[in-house]
Amino acid sequence: MTCLEKNIILQMNHIMKIYSNGVVANEDVSIELEKGEIHALLGENGAGKSTLMKVLFGIESPDEGQIVLNGQETTIKSPQDAISKGIGMVHQHFMLVPSLTVAENIILGVEPKKKGVFIDMDKAVFAAEEIAKKYNFDIDVKEKVEEIPVGIKQKVEILKALYRGADILILDEPTAVLTPQETDELFVQLKKLKDNGHTIIFISHKLDEIKKICDRATIMRSGKSMGTYEVKDITTEDMSRLMVGRDVILTFEKEPAKPSKVLLKVRNLSVNNGQGVLKVDDLSFDLRGGEILGIAGVEGNGQTELIDSLTGLNKSYRGKIYIKDTDIEKSSIKGIRDLKLGHIPEDRMTSGCAGNLGILENLFSNQYNDPEYSGKMLLKTKRIQERSNELIKEYLVKCKSFRQNVGMLSGGNIQKVIVAREFSTSPDIIIANQPTRGVDVGAAEFIRRRLLEFRDAGCAVLLISADLNEVFSLSDRLAAMYKGKFAGMFTDVSAVTEEELGQYMLGLKHQEEQEGMIYE
Amino acid sequence: MLESLLSPEFFNAILRATTPILFAALASSVASKAGITNMALEGIMLFSALFGVIFSAMTGNFFTGLLLTMVIGGLIGWFLAFFVLNLKTDEILAAVAINLIATGGTVLLMLAVSGDRGSSTSIASFSAPRIVIPLIDKIPFLGEIISGQNLMTYLAILAVIIMHLFMYKTPLGLKIRAVGENKNAAESVGISSRKIQYIALILSGVLASMGGFFMSGGYMNMFTKDMSAGRGYIALAASAMGGNTPIGASLVSLLFGAAQALANMMQLTDIPHELIQMIPYLTTLIGLGVYSYSNMKRRQKLAGK
Repeated sequence: MTCLEKNIILQMNHIMKIYSNGVVANEDVSIELEKGEIHALLGENGAGKSTLMKVLFGIESPDEGQIVLNGQETTIKSPQDAISKGIGMVHQHFMLVPSLTVAENIILGVEPKKKGVFIDMDKAVFAAEEIAKKYNFDIDVKEKVEEIPVGIKQKVEILKALYRGADILILDEPTAVLTPQETDELFVQLKKLKDNGHTIIFISHKLDEIKKICDRATIMRSGKSMGTYEVKDITTEDMSRLMVGRDVILTFEKEPAKPSKVLLKVRNLSVNNGQGVLKVDDLSFDLRGGEILGIAGVEGNGQTELIDSLTGLNKSYRGKIYIKDTDIEKSSIKGIRDLKLGHIPEDRMTSGCAGNLGILENLFSNQYNDPEYSGKMLLKTKRIQERSNELIKEYLVKCKSFRQNVGMLSGGNIQKVIVAREFSTSPDIIIANQPTRGVDVGAAEFIRRRLLEFRDAGCAVLLISADLNEVFSLSDRLAAMYKGKFAGMFTDVSAVTEEELGQYMLGLKHQEEQEGMIYE
Repeated sequence: MLESLLSPEFFNAILRATTPILFAALASSVASKAGITNMALEGIMLFSALFGVIFSAMTGNFFTGLLLTMVIGGLIGWFLAFFVLNLKTDEILAAVAINLIATGGTVLLMLAVSGDRGSSTSIASFSAPRIVIPLIDKIPFLGEIISGQNLMTYLAILAVIIMHLFMYKTPLGLKIRAVGENKNAAESVGISSRKIQYIALILSGVLASMGGFFMSGGYMNMFTKDMSAGRGYIALAASAMGGNTPIGASLVSLLFGAAQALANMMQLTDIPHELIQMIPYLTTLIGLGVYSYSNMKRRQKLAGK
């Protein structure tokens, strides 16, 4: 079959991209888009999906390979170039200006004018409404972006691309931040776009969504393409095997938990976010020593606000939090840490480490006061250096020396430095928020083992993770968080399936009577 | 005392005292909206006050003097932008450097030009004229306030309106606001954030220079050492408290102008003038305190406490 018969709109052939730090992100990757299809790009974190799309959108230039658009070989120099060639991208992190209206965001950079100097706002609003109507998007274009929910923001991003004449739309993990209803709505609209002749690249690692909406799928694994498949001809099991290259269920040999006394007590906790929206809703639970309590949930259901309150980063909460019977409302973060609480933060670059400081400084940023490492006036430099080397060795941090800046390390190694810091104080309570996100398999395995070791030693572990495998294999008790509450609490993790948990996470199911929340 | 506070002369004086702060506050607002704190306003005003005197004396008329001074202000804005945007200098450090150069440089220049190191009395400069608006000046009370102001004061009021239209009704204004709030978003739709920030800083410099020009060619009719006296910094506070919008900034400027006018008037009383001269700065401090406190309260309310 020739290109014309199949109506190929875009080909990326033999794309090779090696980053300056030597990481091979794309190795001989080829992908082909038929006009009017929804094409899934499937792969784990770090499989090279984003890099491939950055090449297509002109953010990165490929080292080798060619791009053929509408039958003509082309180079895409910048995002502007991509936009002018009819390629639009909806980024995972929205590129919107909050204080501007929807219409203003849509026309930003390509403003219609009147009288030569002024923006023709009537025309802008009209054009924005027109395009929203055409694709059945129910949006008030005069509203400010900061006042609309996430799902609508995403629609604004799609409209922005359409307004600029995008034929090919790249959606980078569009459902990651959406509620199930919003996701359904998005799918209806994507189908509508498809019917209008638009071609969509749908980046995801959620197999059920791909089954639901995509025509074909290209699967990527560690920088290589594992082939393109008709979605209706391939099972989700096969997809996951191609994507991960191993059996997805990971299991840990673990002793049954021996829970001891309650170390962390949360009572009627409610937290608003900075915009005054209730994110944690009257939550009460206990965490005991010697157990791992896993919290599963779609991002944005109050996990961040809960953790910020438990660790002292947010003081504006209502209700009570007790760590070992100490009410922490008035405690400083240091005061909370002195109660032997370790915290692996969600975002390692913003709150996990100081990227411009060395490994040593980062390792000791929580214990520079310890008499073991500090005299009355001066730090015991030699002792600290010795201990740094020990920790680097113990936690398998790949680096030149302890003087190397943490920011120069790879994501996995940065995470190891943070984990080493938090674990080396031998905490009684560990709050691990996405401890293995974006970390390579080996490092992830290592971190999970350490968490289990701590639990066996009597430590209380609160594990928040978007990785269902992880919460399933590690947790002794498992909670599904939805809209600031635990929609479900499972004291026997083996008795609940992934599908069932998913229904609780998405708010489709809700336990009326809950067991295992409170032990005291 | 109270009588003089309610007199039209006092309100007239408020507008006068507000004028330089207003220009500088507008300058601060446009820079802030583009995402840069222009702390060099003080230095730009000081330079402009001196150059206003020199240029108007050289060209023999105030208007060309004003235009050339605005060029100087734009150049300093461009200079700051070059350091901050191209060389990646910290914006505060670059501004402090400009302000220090202005403090010493203006004295040195004045000495070179006039042979005097305290004031420019020996330079025959030209000030912007006072304008009496026919008919309006006949309105009792109000007419006395509004009419008879310096031309620069009317220009300042005009500048508020123009800046408001510019920021909220033109494509460039929209781009400035977009860049200041979310640079990545602006860049993603093809806006060059560097170009936009250059434009904003140059415009900021031009506006501040008009305030500086008024100091030595309207408010007074000569240049004296350090005559900007912190108005650039006060303007930063005014702009921030006004939410960095042209209208908001001008309203808060009016408050600070009133404090300045009050201080000026009270110099005729027996209270030690050192204390009285504190009034504008104390007002700024209290104003910022009140502003921050209300912000804190609002945050707490959002947190549901």
